[in-house]
Amino acid sequence: MVKKIIGGSYITLVLFLLYAPILLLFVYSFNMSREIGIWSPEWGFDLYYKLWSNTDLMETVVNTIVLALAAGFISTVLGTMGAIGMFYSSRRVNRTMNELTKIPIINAEVVTAISIALICTMFGFGRSYASLLIGHVVLTVPFVVLSVIPKLKQMDNNLYEAVLDLGATPTKAIFLIVIPEILPGIISGFLLAINISLDDYIITSFTKPSTFKTISTYVYDAYAKGGKSSSVPALRALFAIIFVVMIAYVVIHSFIQSRKSRLEGSR
Amino acid sequence: MNGLKFSRKQLGIPYAVFLIAFVVVPLLLITLYAFTKKVPADKATFTIAGESVSFALSNFSDFFSKSANIRVLFVSFGLAIITTIVSLFIAYPVAYILSKTKFNKGGVLLILFILPLWINFVLRTAAMKELLYFVGMYKSNSFSFINTLIGMVYDYLPFVIMPLYSVLVKIDKSYAEASADLGAKPVTTFLSVTLPLSMPGIVSAISMVLLPTTTSYVISDTLGNGNVTIVGKIIETQFLTMDNWHAGSTIALVLLVIIFLSMFLSGKFTEAEDESAGRANLW
Repeated sequence: MVKKIIGGSYITLVLFLLYAPILLLFVYSFNMSREIGIWSPEWGFDLYYKLWSNTDLMETVVNTIVLALAAGFISTVLGTMGAIGMFYSSRRVNRTMNELTKIPIINAEVVTAISIALICTMFGFGRSYASLLIGHVVLTVPFVVLSVIPKLKQMDNNLYEAVLDLGATPTKAIFLIVIPEILPGIISGFLLAINISLDDYIITSFTKPSTFKTISTYVYDAYAKGGKSSSVPALRALFAIIFVVMIAYVVIHSFIQSRKSRLEGSR
Repeated sequence: MNGLKFSRKQLGIPYAVFLIAFVVVPLLLITLYAFTKKVPADKATFTIAGESVSFALSNFSDFFSKSANIRVLFVSFGLAIITTIVSLFIAYPVAYILSKTKFNKGGVLLILFILPLWINFVLRTAAMKELLYFVGMYKSNSFSFINTLIGMVYDYLPFVIMPLYSVLVKIDKSYAEASADLGAKPVTTFLSVTLPLSMPGIVSAISMVLLPTTTSYVISDTLGNGNVTIVGKIIETQFLTMDNWHAGSTIALVLLVIIFLSMFLSGKFTEAEDESAGRANLW
């Protein structure tokens, strides 16, 4: 019993510390004070309105989402094709590509960032939207490949052969058999890619055009280069919105998961 | 899809080309930049990207001869090692309790620990800055180092809890029971049974935290109040502010060698799959 109480309070304490900064910003997103720590008498949704009417910040949000979707889509297509290709290649090719895939994961992000900036300058499009997109694809594509490969390993290879025997072309067989079988891996790779792209600061700052901003670079400029606390109170509203969206996503996701496992359990 | 025929193998060609063009060649370029320097056109051996250069080793001697740079290396590794140790000490009990308790059904409680990862990394760090400012940790510059440390532990804690939990939850209960039946005290059981069995989780947690905290300068820039410089930051300064790509590449190459040497020595190169699988589990 005592053990249980100690355990429970430890968990609660760590959770509290983990959520303290989040809750602080959440509460202050409804307060108009310029600075956190000083209550303003004005409460309400004004900061949310400010966020909405701040065209610079709204453009930044749209930029970030568009970039993540584009990079996620390219990575998913390229990575899925790559995973299928290398899985059915000779052992040597498979091994080599596997090792190369892991390089961006193992490597420090600054080093990857520099290397992308160098190669894109070499090709004559340094610091453009293209270099930014390439940087994000390099960062995210390994995660797609590595989430698709386990699904390929689980797949029953005879299915593909059977469809070929029944007269389907390899192209058709891939779309009819392989893609549906590995779809869960593709989807989780896509989500992972989007998440990593949304999170990125370092590669973005090395490869982006100078006027382009993402949420990461915007917040970095406001906090790391700015004063001691935020110079942009509207960011608190953005933070609160992102937090609520994430909670909603996770709740829905785990609800679907638990329903799925219950359905499978009752079968 | 008439006329468009391809086999499974050929599907990998675009990805292979992409890997060579944007992973392999760029790393070779870093090496080339590290061993060359900008010179007047008449003394140049060759040109890269419209810049006349010649081979030189001076980039390395320039970097290692500055005591400030050596200090930065020590600060980076020191900060990373302390962060990793502190995170492990905080995270291990969390993972241990979560793996035991019945109220963590279906990992619901675990999700609460992972949820903050879904918020943008830079925003999360900024939130930590607001909190530290709120509780008065910016009154003196002597807090800069500890603030950075708090931020690093805060940002990477979920990455430590997750691999520890996934190893601990798989350990067969009967080992601990057998140890207790044979008369071992709970502490002995933990130290000689559970802890050694959870070693793979500890190793993968270390590998997920140590490197990013050495090089990723977002946290030290945001929370360090200008007093904490880590090695990633010097690369950024050389590259973006000083516009000296050769010096930037030199430090990057040094890092690259350290990273791959340590991966090679610990045999982790082959286990990166586990790491990314661990990361994939987070979402």
